[in-house]
Formats: sequence, structure tokens, C-alpha cells
Amino acid sequence: MIPTNYFLILSVVLFVLGAIAFFVKRDLVTQFMSIEIMLNAANLAFITLARSANSADGQIIVFFIITVAAAEAAIGLAIILLIFRQKKTIKSEDIKLMKG
Amino acid sequence: MGYFLFFLLAALTVGAVLGMIISKNQAYNAIFLILAFACMGGLFALLEAPFIAVVQIIIYAGAIMVLFIFVVMMINVRSGIPAEKKKWTIYLSLVIAVVLIIELILSIKGAFTLPVSTAIIKAGPTDLGRLLFTKYLYHFEITSILIIAALVGAIVLVKKKEKE
Repeated sequence: MIPTNYFLILSVVLFVLGAIAFFVKRDLVTQFMSIEIMLNAANLAFITLARSANSADGQIIVFFIITVAAAEAAIGLAIILLIFRQKKTIKSEDIKLMKG
Repeated sequence: MGYFLFFLLAALTVGAVLGMIISKNQAYNAIFLILAFACMGGLFALLEAPFIAVVQIIIYAGAIMVLFIFVVMMINVRSGIPAEKKKWTIYLSLVIAVVLIIELILSIKGAFTLPVSTAIIKAGPTDLGRLLFTKYLYHFEITSILIIAALVGAIVLVKKKEKE
């Protein structure tokens, strides 16, 4: 049986890598992908703790997170597509309409 | 055997995410991410969550990433977008990463010593389904409304205005 802390540390590493990818990358699609990585790291922590608490509730929460991530992906990609159609760019620094 | 699988899958996941950070091509990024999500499905299976593992592979590595690849194809940026030229954002991201690591380790430190219960978890598809339709029924219904709202919203957003 693999100990709980291995999985928790892996989850922390993945979350931090996702955060780094969000700041380093410059196109909207890849930044969106790094958000998905962070969501998955949270899923991993939930399932690990569900196993250690011996309950299925954590898995239900992960189920809901995956559902919400699917909805979020649909809306987010629609918005990215709309931005590309209007501005012909997907670089995040080109979208500065509200910059003072 | 379990340890070997864990380290193999963990290394593959972290390697795929690192590859996503390094690679400049959006399509390769999506492929790397599919690899990462598939490996994470394997990790879920190691954690005795077979249903979530299958859902992860079908919905995440299948449906959501196909959506991403679809959008990458529609946008079709010929030359990849180079990484940030301004150095300070990379330094800033490293600082944020260090702070985040310290904060997260501190917050989950209490969970490190949790014992792994040896009892069999009742978390097969049948048990999850029963839980979903009894204890979490309201959440389930609210999620369905959310899905419909997202579906309608995406269609309304992307639909082209008809010329009058």
C-alpha cells in the first residue's frame, strides 16, 4: 500500500507546475490547459484523502469537479475562439482593452 | 509492484507537464497534456478509485482534450508563440512557486501521518451511483443545470450574427 504522503506531494508538485505554466506561457489556450492541470492536482489530493479516510465522498467531489471542468472548458474555449475572431490574436498580452 | 507503478506514472505525469511548459507548439502541448491526464487516471486506479479512473480517461483525456485540439486546429497559429521574453515574469513565477510550495506543504503537513486504512473501500460504480442519487442528489441536479447553461452559453457566444 503506497503511503498517503507520496500522493500528496505529487499533487503539490503538479499544482505548482501548473501555476508556473500559467505564468510562463503566453498563449491563452496553453494557459487554459495549465488551469486544467491545477484542477487535476486538486482531484488527486481529494482521491488520496478519500482513500485514507475510507469514504467514497471524496470521489463524488472529484466527479463533480470533472463535470464542472468540462463545462468550464466549453465556455472558456468559446471565449478564446471569440477573442481570436475579433482580434486575430491569442497572446494574452495583446488583450489589454481595460488597461489604464 | 505498486511502488514501481506509482513512480513510473508519477514520473510520466511530471515529465509530460514539464514537456508542456518547455514545448512551444500548441498541438504538442495538448498531446503532452493527454499523456499527463492518462497517467493520472492510472494513479487514480492505484488509489482504488476505478470509476473515477475511467471517468478521468474518458472525459478528460478523451472529450475535453479533443475539444482543446479542435480549438487549436481552428486557431491554427503557424509559428509557435515563443516563451515570455521579459525575464521578470519568469522570476516572478519562480517566487510564486516557492511561496506556493511552502504554503501547500505547511497546509497538508497534518495529513502526512494519516494512516492508510486497510478496510476495503466501498467505492465501486454501484456505491458511487447510490451516493450520487441519495446524499448528493441536489448537487447532481444543480450540476445538470450548470451543464445546460454552459452548453447554451457556448453556442450563443460563438454563433455568428446573421446579416440583416
